[in-house]
Amino acid sequence: MKILVCISHVPDTTSKINFTENDTQFDKNGVQYVINPMDEYCLTRAMWFKEKQGASVTVVNVGTQETEATLRKALAIGADDAIRVDASATDSFFVAKQLAEVVKNGNYDLVLAGKESIDYNGAMVPGFMAGLLDYSFINACVGLEIAENTATAIREIDGGSETLETNLPLIIGGQKGIVQEADLRIPNMRGIMMARKKPLQVVPAVAAASEVETVKFEKPATKGAVKLVDADNLDELISLLHNEAKVI
Amino acid sequence: MSVLVFAESSGGKFNKTAFEATSFGRTVANALETDLTVLSVYMDDVSPLYTYGADKVLRVNNEALNTSDANVYANIIKQAAEQEGADTVIISLNANGYYLAPLVAVSLDAAYASNAVSLESTSPFVIKRKVFSNKAFANVALNTTNKVIGLAKNAFGVHENPVAGTAVDFEPTFIASKIKRTAVDKTTGKVTIADADIVVSGGRGLKSGENWGMLEELAEILGAATACSKPVADLGWRPHAEHVGQTGKQVASNLYIAIGISGAIQHLAGVNSSKVKVVINTDPEAPFFKAADYGVVGDAFEVVPALVEKLKAFKAQNG
Ligand SMILES: Cc1cc2nc3c(=O)[nH]c(=O)nc-3n(C[C@H](O)[C@H](O)[C@H](O)COP(=O)(O)OP(=O)(O)OC[C@H]3O[C@@H](n4cnc5c(N)ncnc54)[C@H](O)[C@@H]3O)c2cc1C
Repeated sequence: MKILVCISHVPDTTSKINFTENDTQFDKNGVQYVINPMDEYCLTRAMWFKEKQGASVTVVNVGTQETEATLRKALAIGADDAIRVDASATDSFFVAKQLAEVVKNGNYDLVLAGKESIDYNGAMVPGFMAGLLDYSFINACVGLEIAENTATAIREIDGGSETLETNLPLIIGGQKGIVQEADLRIPNMRGIMMARKKPLQVVPAVAAASEVETVKFEKPATKGAVKLVDADNLDELISLLHNEAKVI
Repeated sequence: MSVLVFAESSGGKFNKTAFEATSFGRTVANALETDLTVLSVYMDDVSPLYTYGADKVLRVNNEALNTSDANVYANIIKQAAEQEGADTVIISLNANGYYLAPLVAVSLDAAYASNAVSLESTSPFVIKRKVFSNKAFANVALNTTNKVIGLAKNAFGVHENPVAGTAVDFEPTFIASKIKRTAVDKTTGKVTIADADIVVSGGRGLKSGENWGMLEELAEILGAATACSKPVADLGWRPHAEHVGQTGKQVASNLYIAIGISGAIQHLAGVNSSKVKVVINTDPEAPFFKAADYGVVGDAFEVVPALVEKLKAFKAQNG
């Protein structure tokens, strides 16, 4: 089985979010980058297939050279090889177009991508890829087994989950649950050393129109101070929630 | 040119998100000076949608809708948009909406803005959307003829705007489903985080999963859903489906009550869209107090049972 895992290079979850150039650009100053957490869950599941069932695992990112450190980290976790599509990832449709091209050229059986990235929160790329390639697609996946050509996946729905069956090739929008937190791997020294020697191929981008343009960023209005209520005076809390906030 | 909304229903009733999407659709249609059509599945009586401004409702009911393959839904939405000449499609982002909206966008060659909170202008067509895990907004211009907007939950709200609507039956062709559903595991009779107006959430401060009884009682009185912080789910005290935050579910309720949760940045990122936040924590320095509207410094094991009693009395009086 050939597996492709899409890796988004995103600011660390503790990053302070600021903007520059008149609020048109994200301020990268002092920001640490990581593998998008939902992509990391997917990569970890891909490693399970590799080790337990036999599979090759390729990781791919659409980005400029600065994202290579993130791809190397994915290699250190255990992916076999990496592809970087050399372009600035500014628009989800553009990114999905590039990834779909990589999927077509590489004939992957299973494509795993986090259902959403924690920077632009598009929740678009897996679905766009599925639409462009006309592959089976399961989103919000919290469990995945593959036997021969058949995939059994658990999809999270509002208020529960459902078990689904479909054939490969398949695109998965994954999230926490596809593996347990304890299964996540921190690369060890050996992995890091090996990752330096693994192939990282840089390919040019295909032409694709940019459909969405960010005009301006904005931060939410700052909050007023908290109103503290004495633990012995919970009637006041109820009254505030009822009369002032009008939420109960 | 017109606006098309996809309205979800479950168990023979429209979801609240269907009314919210219709309300937003009315606003967009007004701004574009055009009509609003709503596509409704499974429902016979679609008149509730007129209350929120649906000029015309397309009704579809067919065996083929009983599928988990979002492509089937994306395809009928595409057919509806083409039949109605709709160039703007609005889908509310619950679990199904997230699944199908990007597919609709590809099939209509449309630009797609997800997690939308408002329409900023029509020319250029600019949508304000949530980015960076609720820590910022981005105004994005959609530069294509067709557009798909994924509406963030509880951002626009439900607004009445009664019109004299009409309903017509819609008879699309159905593509074959590539996905077979073999089991569904759905908690019935419990409020879900996705639908809840109020969410009661517990953290590691509650010390053990066995101590959740008082939270469930609080949730029941308030008609609320229960949720938890990430370590609580990782420790197996509560199911993963209750984990909220940046790597779990997003909460955008009217009221979020955080009990024994410190308010780590990753937790706040997932719950900040809630309108009103209440914190109950023994530590007055807990970061959550900076993000909250109301706070009680105190021991959850005393405050929560007392609050339950007071709320019972309040509910008895106020119905
Ligand atoms: C990549 C990444 C992603 C993450 N994603 C998420 C996420 O999605 N969601 C999430 O929640 N976390 C997430 N985290 C974890 C986050 O950083 C915190 O560790 C976590 O939110 C803390 O959970 P907590 O508040 O329950 O526990 P703690 O931080 O241990 O806080 C417990 C709180 O309970 C209070 N307390 C103790 N006893 C009592 C009592 N008797 N009564 C009242 N209060 C009491 C304490 O004062 C303390 O404030 C993520 C972390 C990382 C690195």
